[in-house]
Amino acid sequence: MSGWLTVTAPGPLCTVQDVTGRPGRADLGVGVSGAADRAALRRANRLVGNDEAAAGLEVTFGGLGFRVTTTSVVALTGAPVPVTVGERPGDLHRAVVVPAGAEVRLGTPPSGLRTYVAVRGGLAVDPVLGSRATDTVAGLGPPVLGAGAELPVGVPPSSPVPSVDVAPEAGLAGEVVLGVVPGPRDDWFTDAALATFLRTAWTVTEDANRVGFRLDGPELARTAEREGAELPSEGVIRGSVQVPPSGRPTVFLADHPVTGGYPVIGVVLDADTDRAGQARPGSTVRFRRVGLSAVSHRRR
Amino acid sequence: MSPAGAKMGAVTRTLRPCGDTGLLVELETLTDVLGLHAALAADPPDGVVDLVPAARTVLLRVRSAADLPAVVEEVRHREPASSSVREAGGEVTEIAVTYDGEDLDDVAAHTGLTRDEVIEAHTGRVWTVAFAGFTPGFGYLAPEDGDARLHVPRRSSSRTRVPAGAVGLAGEFSGIYPRESPGGWQLIGRTDAVLWDLDRDPPAVLVPGARIRFRAA
Repeated sequence: MSGWLTVTAPGPLCTVQDVTGRPGRADLGVGVSGAADRAALRRANRLVGNDEAAAGLEVTFGGLGFRVTTTSVVALTGAPVPVTVGERPGDLHRAVVVPAGAEVRLGTPPSGLRTYVAVRGGLAVDPVLGSRATDTVAGLGPPVLGAGAELPVGVPPSSPVPSVDVAPEAGLAGEVVLGVVPGPRDDWFTDAALATFLRTAWTVTEDANRVGFRLDGPELARTAEREGAELPSEGVIRGSVQVPPSGRPTVFLADHPVTGGYPVIGVVLDADTDRAGQARPGSTVRFRRVGLSAVSHRRR
Repeated sequence: MSPAGAKMGAVTRTLRPCGDTGLLVELETLTDVLGLHAALAADPPDGVVDLVPAARTVLLRVRSAADLPAVVEEVRHREPASSSVREAGGEVTEIAVTYDGEDLDDVAAHTGLTRDEVIEAHTGRVWTVAFAGFTPGFGYLAPEDGDARLHVPRRSSSRTRVPAGAVGLAGEFSGIYPRESPGGWQLIGRTDAVLWDLDRDPPAVLVPGARIRFRAA
């Protein structure tokens, strides 16, 4: 261990996350969890020379303040936030030296939702079932961080901090367009509903957390024969777009339940679920149909 | 309506797309699900990182999209294991239940049984955990003898708070809420049994294959 990170202000929601989560634990009813935007946490870890599986902070809608007890190398990625290190302005998307005792403060992101903080050495909290990630629904991993929370920082890797200066990142402003494969239960919906699903500019509602986000838009009608029918619960994955009886879809993110009881009209491409993790309430989401040759599918 | 149905030996399966890193295999019976899951778990196809069995489906998740085509081909032809967890036998754990659930009368009305007959049907047989899900430590318990008298639908509206230890029924399954959570199952009783404890290995009591007998407390 090489010192501690102390949270001085948690902002709206701050948790410890890693990119792997807890795969292969469905027999315990435990979902995968992990970072909502894995690509951003991976980049942050690379910038400070960590193994990409190292745990960092996932900061929802900014507002985080923290100090380190030992001078540390830190990188911030994901949703862009104004940042100060002590009295000086700091930078995103690059390795930054934070002196012992200096407070790092994150403002509010003008676009995107989740900012990631990697500390060289990683956050060395005790793993639970193989991961340091906080699963907010299952109650696994470190508790949601409050002011005063102290997290151990791991021993820095022997490799040097990479010389890459700045890792550029795609902007997060504007519409979020997500590739989606129809199914597994698109046949519960009318042809018109599937067309509507793919054509609509959906609005992300306030009902948004690490489990997923609910979308506002037109109702997606079921076929007459599926009206009022009950689907036996079945496994769902990150990116599944589930449609409850209200007809408004919910997009599942990292802390989704292992199984769901409503039909899934389509599943977002795995890589695109990272951008889904940056969709903030009030923003617009569209789905772009992607064909999949591996599993033959009925024609529309 | 079947996207990719195929008759394979005795087991008909339908492969349904689930994004670029998943595959949902739909089967006709819970026995078929358990058999295919056992076969896949014993010898997972390359690239499979998660197997999620449920009432009529097995979900496979692969490491990356590139792994999917070969996994799809393998799953089309994989035969289910001949003996499922259900036939494996093993020790029976007894769980004491106080049968005073809020939905006991509704369950009696729906099944045409008396309250006492509902309790008898619940305590009178061994239940096996078919699969887990919903929340850590929640096992879907199916009666080993296939008794169907307690089949009931979910409640028409779910409760926002179901206490830890609540014992419920839904569809062909019984279950116990390991911790307080929302829930839509018909509640028939409650237990003090601790079903999820991270200091144990495994932390869950109701792991797939576990055998349970309920006893009226």
